[in-house]
Amino acid sequence: MPQIDVEVRDGVDRETVETVNAMAGKYKYGWETEIEMDFAPKGVNEDIVRLISGKNGEPAWMLEWRLAAFARWKEMVEPDWAMVSYPKIDYQDIYYYASPKSMEGKPKSLDEVDPKLLATYEKLGIPLREQMILAGVEGAEAAPADGRKVAVDAVFDSVSLGTTFQAELMRAGVIFCSISEALREHPELVRKYIGSVVPQTDNYFATLNSAVFSDGSFVYIPPGTRCPMELSTYFRINAENTGQFERTLIICDKGAYVSYLEGCTAPKRDTNQLHAAVVEIVIMEDAEVKYSTVQNWYPGDENGVGGIYNFVTKRADCRGDRAKVMWTQVETGSAITWKYPSCILRGDDSQGEFYSIAIANNAQQADTGTKMIHLGKRTKSRIVSKGISAGRAQNTYRGLVTMHPKAKESRNYTQCDSLLIGSNCGAHTVPYIEVKNNSSRVEHEATTSKVDDDQLFYCRSRGMNEEEAVALVVNGFCKEVLQSLPMEFAMEAQALVAISLEGSVG
Amino acid sequence: MLYIKNLHVKLEEEDKVILKGVDLKIAPGTVHAIMGPNGSGKSTLSYVLSGKGGYVVTEGSALLEGAELLEMEPEARAAAGLFLAFQYPVEIPGVGNMTFLRTAVNAQRKARGEDELSAGEFLKVVREKAKALKIDAEMLKRPVNVGFSGGEKKRNEILQMAMLEPKMCILDETDSGLDVDAMKLVADGVNALRSTGRSFLVITHYQRLLDHIKPDFVHIMSDGRIIKTGGPELALDVEQNGYADILAEVV
Repeated sequence: MPQIDVEVRDGVDRETVETVNAMAGKYKYGWETEIEMDFAPKGVNEDIVRLISGKNGEPAWMLEWRLAAFARWKEMVEPDWAMVSYPKIDYQDIYYYASPKSMEGKPKSLDEVDPKLLATYEKLGIPLREQMILAGVEGAEAAPADGRKVAVDAVFDSVSLGTTFQAELMRAGVIFCSISEALREHPELVRKYIGSVVPQTDNYFATLNSAVFSDGSFVYIPPGTRCPMELSTYFRINAENTGQFERTLIICDKGAYVSYLEGCTAPKRDTNQLHAAVVEIVIMEDAEVKYSTVQNWYPGDENGVGGIYNFVTKRADCRGDRAKVMWTQVETGSAITWKYPSCILRGDDSQGEFYSIAIANNAQQADTGTKMIHLGKRTKSRIVSKGISAGRAQNTYRGLVTMHPKAKESRNYTQCDSLLIGSNCGAHTVPYIEVKNNSSRVEHEATTSKVDDDQLFYCRSRGMNEEEAVALVVNGFCKEVLQSLPMEFAMEAQALVAISLEGSVG
Repeated sequence: MLYIKNLHVKLEEEDKVILKGVDLKIAPGTVHAIMGPNGSGKSTLSYVLSGKGGYVVTEGSALLEGAELLEMEPEARAAAGLFLAFQYPVEIPGVGNMTFLRTAVNAQRKARGEDELSAGEFLKVVREKAKALKIDAEMLKRPVNVGFSGGEKKRNEILQMAMLEPKMCILDETDSGLDVDAMKLVADGVNALRSTGRSFLVITHYQRLLDHIKPDFVHIMSDGRIIKTGGPELALDVEQNGYADILAEVV
């Protein structure tokens, strides 16, 4: 049997396309769940902050921390330097806390959660039962015999509904739970690390988040442990006029490893909703964290009405020597995406990688990129950013690579590619490079290309229909990033990429 | 096989008429050559038959085995057995040659209700056909046409033709930009595909290609119409004497 050197991805392309054709084409998560909700009064003020802290049963120091952030936020001015424009947000016209009424009884396990909520996740295709997910790769000769487990923390509006596989993970010493639970069960851990990567004062939206964050995930991997399964959090915004401010804290102790996935969707609405999250990752010596996001918030309709504002602060601190972090993101949704997952490369020989596909179609806007802050010696960073613009969208890559005077012999490689589909969209690149020592090396490559009619006609003249042709060309463009995603995510991402670009040609 | 009747075509953007009543009948298993001065409409004919945008058919028809091509989408025409070897094949960065070929082959098979080729089967066939065209494994892995020399691009077109097994092959100036050796390689590739169920329409400026791909019929096209049809000797005549006399005959 000859060595098959055709990549598995070939088979995935075919399947992706079949999936695309089978779908209706419109944002398929646009439905909402009818369920009785418990809302805090609209607006943000000290009382609301106390209310949220109370609902979560938090220790006093946490409330103080929140109030300090709120006091600070009141003095701050909303930044406007990004290449995105949006109508002024009325911060008092948002609900900062919305939870399904049935969650008030604090169900101990997922079995006790309202079935209607569980049905939501089933409809979304998120496995909340502790079942195995079969790898099911095309080209079955290569598929593993046993399935794969993925632990899921399901977050619905402001609360976590529950987390699967907790017991099994606990046996390995891994803590994976909602952050509200962590504040009750492991407060010392949270107190030690929260705000140490993204301080309360960091930026306008992080400060707001510090005051009103509702729920999110907490992960702790003990020393020397390779987390036995992938961890994921699935965020679902459901209630109208509600902001979602989740906070995630991941701590990977010495020599440990974890792969974490984040997925998000929201119903279709005529109004915009704010999602201002904060993700902090602490990585100790010789530890490694892989953080993948497939973001599919409602992007607004073709005319730019509605859609989520995704203003997120994500940062990883490679505190120990030889610590490693890999950020992989596929951003296809949101009306506006404004985020820069970053790496502080503090430990010597630490490494940060950032792989991104950002798609902006119709009237979407994206100002996204990364910050690689080299502090330690011989630190390395790699940035591969693929921006796809279609419709009337504007896509901006903004990157910062900074080498501190003490970051001797550090290196960065940045590749920033833009693909334009159609003639009314835009792609912008804003690289910042600061090198403060003479032994560092920074490489920056950028390309801009257009999917043109000739390429599509070439594919069609060989038998592919228009959708297959666009999917093929775009997948080729995104290949390097898609290959760095965990398996299931890669397939979902490929399908998502194809759907996000529907109607973008012609 | 292919029956073009009174085809009139104008440009979509302007009122310029390019094809002014083309009539052409190509029987199965035959090779037809079209020659003619620049601007006569040869490439336009090939583009219109394959379904490229930018043209409007104002009159006439083109039947492929009885089915009206002009009403089909480009991918449907391909599935029906039409193939155009482009004069200037485009590059598709990031898409491996192998991936492209396999997607195309399976897309057509699916459209015709046939089973798709498995990875193993496909690989075997590709390797065989690539070898004959002196296309190495390295070239199969590279992105489609990216950084390919002129000769490599043309050979790649023939490889696609060999893999897709079309019934009606249109070669649009396949020999342009090729040195003698490359041209022979391409011609050999085409000849290897000749069969009773397959026809070729070879568009060319030069007689030399027709030394290697011997045509059954030669047509001269001028000003949007076929003005003269003959056997292979007609090509030799043009080579020696140019188009002047032939054009004069028509007026």
